[in-house]
Amino acid sequence: MSRESDFYLRRLHSLLGIIPVGLFVTQHLVVNHFATRGEEAFNNASNFMGNLPFVLFLEWFIIYIPLMFHAFYGVYIAFTAKNNVQRYGTFRNWMFLLQRVTGVFLVIFIAWHLYETRIQKALGTEVDFDMMANILDNPFMLVFYILGVLSATFHLANGLWSFCVTWGIAQSPRSQTIVSYITIIAFLALSVIGVQAIFAFV
Amino acid sequence: MSEQTTAVKEATAKKTVRFEIQRQDTPDSNPYWESFEIDYRPNMNVISALMEIRRNPVNAEGKKTTPVNWDMNCLEEVCGACSMVINGRPRQSCTALVDQLTQPIRLEPMRTFPVVRDLVVDREFMFDSLKRVKAWIPIDGTYDLGEGPRMPERKRQWAYELSKCMTCGVCLEACPNVNDKTNFIGPALISQVRLFNSHPTGAMNRDERLETIMADGGIGECGNSQNCVVACPKGIPLTTSIAAMNRATTVQMFKNFFGSDHMVD
Ligand code: HEM
Ligand code: SF4
Ligand code: FES
Repeated sequence: MSRESDFYLRRLHSLLGIIPVGLFVTQHLVVNHFATRGEEAFNNASNFMGNLPFVLFLEWFIIYIPLMFHAFYGVYIAFTAKNNVQRYGTFRNWMFLLQRVTGVFLVIFIAWHLYETRIQKALGTEVDFDMMANILDNPFMLVFYILGVLSATFHLANGLWSFCVTWGIAQSPRSQTIVSYITIIAFLALSVIGVQAIFAFV
Repeated sequence: MSEQTTAVKEATAKKTVRFEIQRQDTPDSNPYWESFEIDYRPNMNVISALMEIRRNPVNAEGKKTTPVNWDMNCLEEVCGACSMVINGRPRQSCTALVDQLTQPIRLEPMRTFPVVRDLVVDREFMFDSLKRVKAWIPIDGTYDLGEGPRMPERKRQWAYELSKCMTCGVCLEACPNVNDKTNFIGPALISQVRLFNSHPTGAMNRDERLETIMADGGIGECGNSQNCVVACPKGIPLTTSIAAMNRATTVQMFKNFFGSDHMVD
């Protein structure tokens, strides 16, 4: 492949991963956490989000378009790497591999999740606490959703690290190590928030 | 047992070194493995073993074969020519001591580059990339340009570390993003741009060099696996260089778009 625009596309891919997709994912996990306060709290929050003014515009420009660009270009990036963790089993090389594995898994997870929720809503089904509880009643789906949430939190947290390097924010080995610790904490915090919300439905 | 008989015993129970070498007769033919067993000598390195095989090209089955081809030059880890994959890791064969390697010692060419024959690869891609990123300092003019600005001593000492790169290709072989599906020029080249851009005279063309790595196959291809810095035999801080050039290209990108027509500073 040879394109002069590669550099700018890569930077756009990196930026969109954080703004807006990363911010949306964080917001989504936080709002889901209302489920831990009971059915009514979750339904209120979900109705509030689902009935924001200009919701279709917001969905397309904050979520679908940036996410699709990031996801499809991400698949291209993922499949052009020749992973070699057997040769170099370092922490960073594993993170490099996992960033790609979680990314590819997220394409599958997000597609399924959108089909089960947003597309069903467009077809007239009520999206609420009961619907999620029904989905997560199936042990296979429960595991699938937990893996999906953990993949997203990992991919976002590790992506935050590589974002800091890609834009030249963290340069010295020391600053890169400190950013690693910060993103590990972000991964743990977001994972707890996300998984707690899932268990609130079961 | 007297000392003499021990010495004789040691001499007769000959120690040997076993090699498994991936060979390839022509650039397009299929690679195949061949084993060799040669007499051990103290302080042997991979090159002296290869010389032994060249002297007597007989494989482990006792069959006569063609001598194994490899590349070498300085024999002191400064030219990079002898780089190959030794026991799974790319490194220089002139500094690979047999005593420190587990046997059988497996030798393979660095397949990131086109194989010429056996262990010889063609690193032309890197030399072309050096030209592409303008890895030199222009000092010629139609008249005497005089002396350039002085380089601060501390900066010179630091830049010396970056200048140790011998274009060996080990960091490209280690990088998951340098392969036949991408055209990434590789970590070493990004670090060279940093080197020449930090030279006081070289800095006069810094924007031109940055443009070269903001193009196809440039710094955007880096995915931060950070294998390069682990692999580099010269201890060059490649990932710091990449991050520094990431910052410089970020600034350059905004300058190109929002800036004026004044590009150099
Ligand atoms: C849950 C939604 C997603 C979020 C929040 C997200 C976020 C991010 C972030 C912040 C980065 C770091 C960018 C950088 O290196 O500077 C990143 C990188 C990456 N993402 Fe995503 N991403 C998401 C979905 C996906 C999907 C579906 C794929 C598809 C495979 C994907 C593939 C990649 C790849 C391959 C990279 C590494 C890019 C590189 O290092 O060059 N991501 N992502
Ligand atoms: S940076 Fe190090 S590993 Fe890469 S080519 Fe130069 S000397 Fe070899
Ligand atoms: S012969 Fe020059 S580095 Fe080995």
